Amino acid sequence: MLPAFAMLAFVFVLPLAWFFTQALFAEGGIQQIASVIASRAVLQAILATNWISLLVTACVLLAGYPIAYYLANRRGLRFTLVVFCIIVPYFTSIIVRTYSWMVLLGRAGVINRLLQSAGLIEAPLPLLYNKLGIVIGMTYVLLPYMVLTLFATMKSIDRNLLLAASGLGAGGFAVFWRVYLPLSRHGILSGALIVFILSIGFFITPALMGGPSDVMVAMLIERSVEITLDWKSAAVMSLFLLAVTLVLYAVYYRITDLRRLMGA
Amino acid sequence: MQRILAGYVTAMCLLLMAPIVIVVILAFSGAGYLQFPPTALSLRWFARFLGDDQWRAALWYSLVIGAIACTIATTIGFFAAYALVRRPIAAKKLLLSLLLLPVIVPTVITAIAMYFLSARLGLVGNVLWIGCCHAVVALPVVLLILLATLQGVDVNLERAALSLGSSRLRLFLRVVVPLAAPGIISAALFAFLASFDELIISLFLTGIRAQTLPVRIWNSLHMQIEPTIAAVSAVLIGITGLVLLLDASLRRWRAARTGAGT
Amino acid sequence: MNRAPLPAGRGALELSGLTKRYGNERVVDSVSAAIRPGEFFSLLGPSGSGKTTTLMMIAGFIAPDEGRITVDGADFTAVPPQRRGFGMVFQNYAIFPHLDVFENVAFPLRARRVAQPEIRRRVGEALELVRLERFARRTVRQLSGGQQQRVAIARAIVFQPAIVLMDEPLGALDKNLRYDMQVEIKDIQQRLGMTVIYVTHDQEEAMNMSDRIAIMSSGRVEQVGPPDLIYERPANAFVGRFLGEANLLEGSIEKVHEGEAELRTRDGLLLRGRIDGTAQPGQQAALFVRPEKLAGGAGDAAANRANGILRRRSFLGSVIRTTIDIGPTTQLTMDSPNSGHGLHLQPGAEIAVHWPVAHSILLTP
Repeated sequence: MLPAFAMLAFVFVLPLAWFFTQALFAEGGIQQIASVIASRAVLQAILATNWISLLVTACVLLAGYPIAYYLANRRGLRFTLVVFCIIVPYFTSIIVRTYSWMVLLGRAGVINRLLQSAGLIEAPLPLLYNKLGIVIGMTYVLLPYMVLTLFATMKSIDRNLLLAASGLGAGGFAVFWRVYLPLSRHGILSGALIVFILSIGFFITPALMGGPSDVMVAMLIERSVEITLDWKSAAVMSLFLLAVTLVLYAVYYRITDLRRLMGA
Repeated sequence: MQRILAGYVTAMCLLLMAPIVIVVILAFSGAGYLQFPPTALSLRWFARFLGDDQWRAALWYSLVIGAIACTIATTIGFFAAYALVRRPIAAKKLLLSLLLLPVIVPTVITAIAMYFLSARLGLVGNVLWIGCCHAVVALPVVLLILLATLQGVDVNLERAALSLGSSRLRLFLRVVVPLAAPGIISAALFAFLASFDELIISLFLTGIRAQTLPVRIWNSLHMQIEPTIAAVSAVLIGITGLVLLLDASLRRWRAARTGAGT
Repeated sequence: MNRAPLPAGRGALELSGLTKRYGNERVVDSVSAAIRPGEFFSLLGPSGSGKTTTLMMIAGFIAPDEGRITVDGADFTAVPPQRRGFGMVFQNYAIFPHLDVFENVAFPLRARRVAQPEIRRRVGEALELVRLERFARRTVRQLSGGQQQRVAIARAIVFQPAIVLMDEPLGALDKNLRYDMQVEIKDIQQRLGMTVIYVTHDQEEAMNMSDRIAIMSSGRVEQVGPPDLIYERPANAFVGRFLGEANLLEGSIEKVHEGEAELRTRDGLLLRGRIDGTAQPGQQAALFVRPEKLAGGAGDAAANRANGILRRRSFLGSVIRTTIDIGPTTQLTMDSPNSGHGLHLQPGAEIAVHWPVAHSILLTP
């Protein structure tokens, strides 16, 4: 037991603590913190991050809900096949996943070539190096998280409630809209939270698939370290990002606990 | 309605697998640029990959660091999981949350903090140190798998062994580890995969010398998108697929282990 | 520090004041017993009575909060389980699923670094003892429940321990098999002369096999003694009811004289019975008598008598159980052998019963 904590302490906690204390209080003091946050680049990045993350969360939710629903009601071969299609991307390296979409979405990429040779478009569509590219790429990466979370919740929805509803005369759509959807509310919330939390920390996909003006917070942090060597800013932005992440996790933790309290 | 749903799900499944499949196909294409569908098939990109010194070195580093991370994470994770499952510790939930912290903190932040410290200590590019850092992010996966595995090992089997006069060492070597073997191997496989695929921490910590495959791909992508990258990606996909396959076949073995005797 | 198990002694085990608390609850409350070498000693009680916890403390898997465990004069309280040298058999067998039968039984010998030829000999003997000689190379999955249990027993005795602990070993087997196994276990125990501590909730099982039984309830030992003694002369109502059917007629004591007392029941019946310990006239007590001690008819003046209405006759196979109302609040149960003779009264008929004073015990709460 002890080695696990020792290792964690040294390799994980220590660097973080050291980094924050050293970089934050190095020179310039605490006033600098506010100026970093208030700088135009950072504010834009925060805005872009929030906006993109919200978009991604919405897309993932809309795309993933039906899949999770399908999985929750199937077994056997179909179930395994669909799970396979979710799991394989999930475990594939993010760089490979991002690269694969770059191949698909580029101006000379697979999709554009196909559309052009089919005569559907004249000039190639700008699917890459913009917000659209980022959203597609991040949705692809984060979809499994949503599906798995939703699936877990849906699995525990009591079928009998649905039968009771239709027995009381509700039609198919009404049963879904008024009974199933609200019951899956908890899964939607936790899934959305997880996806949002993960997206705000993304930098690989936006860096590769975004345009020059699409900067997310994590990208700024990386640039501060690699390019401008501005450790102070990096520390400030990291602290900000970490704080937001922890708060959101606390919310997530709270709603999962509350649910258990409600005995579901 | 059901048919629409089934149709949608099928489309989505194709969409999910398409990027990966396309990359693999591209890796075998004969043309010098990205052409889909490929007109000719060839292995030249793989040859290019393995023939290039820098790619080979990246492969080597990925394997070594992966092995180190796998060993460290699996060993430490095993003992931590055992302690959590068997010992009556008070703050179990809290401890578990702490051990899962690396999952919560955004990897970028972890990465630059590690880089900060490593730069001071001159450990950038140190393979052993990188392996340790990877082990930290691999640990949660290992823990989750091994917690479930060890819970499936009947505690009475351990009591029986002790009552029969076995030392603690013998208990571990002859009883616990053999029974938990499928789970341990699974955990090791996923720990290896986590390290092999890891990009963000490696970006900062590998420096110039010890670049891993994902890092090299990242660097190459900033310069040009050439088919060699497709070949490398195909190799990465292949390794992922291999791990998943091995894990699936381990499931049967695992079921046999814990099913009998009770 | 030497890690090997201690060599076996004669097998005398003494528990003094063993106590275990979980939170505020005393799961085991000051349990004491002196167990003789070669004795078959059962811990009997309902679930939650603390008997398994006590056994686990004897085995060394749970540390007692208070009390001591002494084996052949040596204090074992702090000795770790792997050094105690007791054999142990669990309810779910705990056979190692990744080893075959031979390796399972050989396990304790390997732990003691016994030489291979010696291992082969002793495993062979142990398997013969449980009649599994031809199963040596079978895997665990190929064994039935009863066979697995016999492997567990062979494994627990192969290293010749002086003391063997058994935790409801036959609980998972069906009834017929259970009885045969009881006989087998008892047979092995007597042949090898081991001390056995046996935990069970089945009173028939305990009475069938034990030299002495300790009845436990809520963590305390209610009574210790040979089966016939605690059956015929229970120390209190709990023991009386647990070991079999019991009639308990409540009332107050009227006279006490030299080990005998008179009891006036609630419905006014005057009965006599033996009394152990002290009691005062006026005290509340219950008259205890086993149903099989009752007989139909008026009986002679020296016996306890009662008249009543036959409420129900139940056919239980070898026994006919008759329930009789002898007062507005009192019922008696009478068990008669299904010998083919006997009364053939119908429910509602008047019936008289009697039973010897010698088999009546007055129990104070």
